[in-house]
Amino acid sequence: MSERYVTRGFVGRRGTEDGGAGDLRGRTPPGQYLTSDFPVLSAGPTPRTPLDRWSFRIEGLVSGPVEWSWDEFLKLPARDWVVDISCVTKWTHLDMRWRGPSVDTLLESVDIDPKAAFAIAYADGGYTTNLPIDDVLNGQAFVAYEYDGKPLAPEHGGPARLVVPARYFWKSAKWVRGLRLQERDEPGFWESLGYHNRGDQWLEERYSGD
Amino acid sequence: MAAPIQWQLATVTGVRDETASVRSFTLSMPAWPGHRAGQHVDIRLTAEDGYSVERSYSIASAPEAAAQPGGSVEITVERIPDGEVSAFLHDVVVPGDRFEVRGPIGGYFVWEAALGGPLLLVAGGSGVVPLMAMLRHRAAAGSGVPARLLYSSRGGDEIIYRPELDELAADGSGLGVVHTLTRSQPPGWTGYARRIDEAMLSEVLRPLGASARVFICGPTALVENAANALVRLGLPAAQVRTERFGPTGT
Amino acid sequence: MDDDSVMDSTGEGRVDGNAVGGMLAMVFGHEMTAAPGRCAHCGTINEMGAMHVYMRGPGVVVRCPACGEVVLRVVEAATATFLDARGVAFVRIERESA
Repeated sequence: MSERYVTRGFVGRRGTEDGGAGDLRGRTPPGQYLTSDFPVLSAGPTPRTPLDRWSFRIEGLVSGPVEWSWDEFLKLPARDWVVDISCVTKWTHLDMRWRGPSVDTLLESVDIDPKAAFAIAYADGGYTTNLPIDDVLNGQAFVAYEYDGKPLAPEHGGPARLVVPARYFWKSAKWVRGLRLQERDEPGFWESLGYHNRGDQWLEERYSGD
Repeated sequence: MAAPIQWQLATVTGVRDETASVRSFTLSMPAWPGHRAGQHVDIRLTAEDGYSVERSYSIASAPEAAAQPGGSVEITVERIPDGEVSAFLHDVVVPGDRFEVRGPIGGYFVWEAALGGPLLLVAGGSGVVPLMAMLRHRAAAGSGVPARLLYSSRGGDEIIYRPELDELAADGSGLGVVHTLTRSQPPGWTGYARRIDEAMLSEVLRPLGASARVFICGPTALVENAANALVRLGLPAAQVRTERFGPTGT
Repeated sequence: MDDDSVMDSTGEGRVDGNAVGGMLAMVFGHEMTAAPGRCAHCGTINEMGAMHVYMRGPGVVVRCPACGEVVLRVVEAATATFLDARGVAFVRIERESA
């Protein structure tokens, strides 16, 4: 740590909401503090794609690309999810409630080429993030269109966002519009500028080289 | 001169309440290089475990005031209810406390008397702070540049620097201060009572004319609406300088 | 200027280049808010202080006020700062007179 001057009486906003007592401490990844807020963090203006122009696509190393309109997407088998979310800016919010189809459900509509190893999530506004395909299978990832029982608000990524609870929240691409399956990895928006390629919050994989 | 980009330790030498939720802090620094009206400082607070936050605050004092021995500057901070830093500054900090400061910063949103005018300053809430530095500088420099401040506040109690603004507007130097109170007005109020809009700007701008230099500071929506309106009114975009920050203000 | 709050009234979390003036000075070693920069996407020139900045996130993103494309990205990682300046065709930094 650099030689910063410790400011008398300053503790910051951490641990003032849900605290970190007992059981909760075990659910808080290293270096994180608990919050009951849902901070809005962004890299650009909020996209506002009208639902009649929205679609979600699976493409790349698949038998044939598949695309759902909004109405079609809502008809896919969906479930409720209650997961803990950690952002690399150090907040963790426990038991966030979402609804939407798992990525497994989405991938059932395609035949994945055996050479495909990575899924690149791309979103309105140009944001991308990358994940090994193994990290989005088996219930590890979903596309949420509801948060806390209500339609997902635009500032939180609505109409739909990717959610990957086992990774820092930058991997949970807001305004997601599709997954492109590839043989080679392709670091996304933050992964290409100093953030960790994998982003496991339990291993505190924040920055490249961690 | 080269940007002072190093952090240095500032000591709080004075604290003064401006309104119920706005407080000014006088900071003394050993190596303050001087500043220009409109610039800001970054402050950095660090907890014992290394957790650290930074915020930017506009300098409220005139450059001339910092030229006194001891090199002090004043910042004015609105207490945001959940604000991590502003609540700390209001609730914990007392004279004698120290924290790290970097600056002055900014070369875009600055005015000095030598640049001339006429000058139109448009403020929303605590956006008035850097504009106050400009008015304090204008007074300290003895400038007679025609100037107007259009200042939007929620109510009369929330006007920052009100007594000083009244004095400056009455000192005969050619400054006019126009308030608009958007949520509550005192009995008998005859001034503007709505958000800043094109009609209001047109009226306030009229005596200054189309060569006015404009500085707008406040919440993003207020700043953008005002800047767009002024361009529609015929001011070249290059004459309109803006500084946007959070939702404090009206 | 007080950026204590995450959301601005347009709901976008956007501020301008003045808000990251200190950080830009650290990265470039020079005061940058008055330095004109040319957007590599659309060619519009604006002073860095006038650019649109999104700073509430893993990093700072500076966008062109004219076309909205990314001009600069900065990440202050654990021990180093990363700068992506592909979105700026040039910045003009005045030298001090001799």
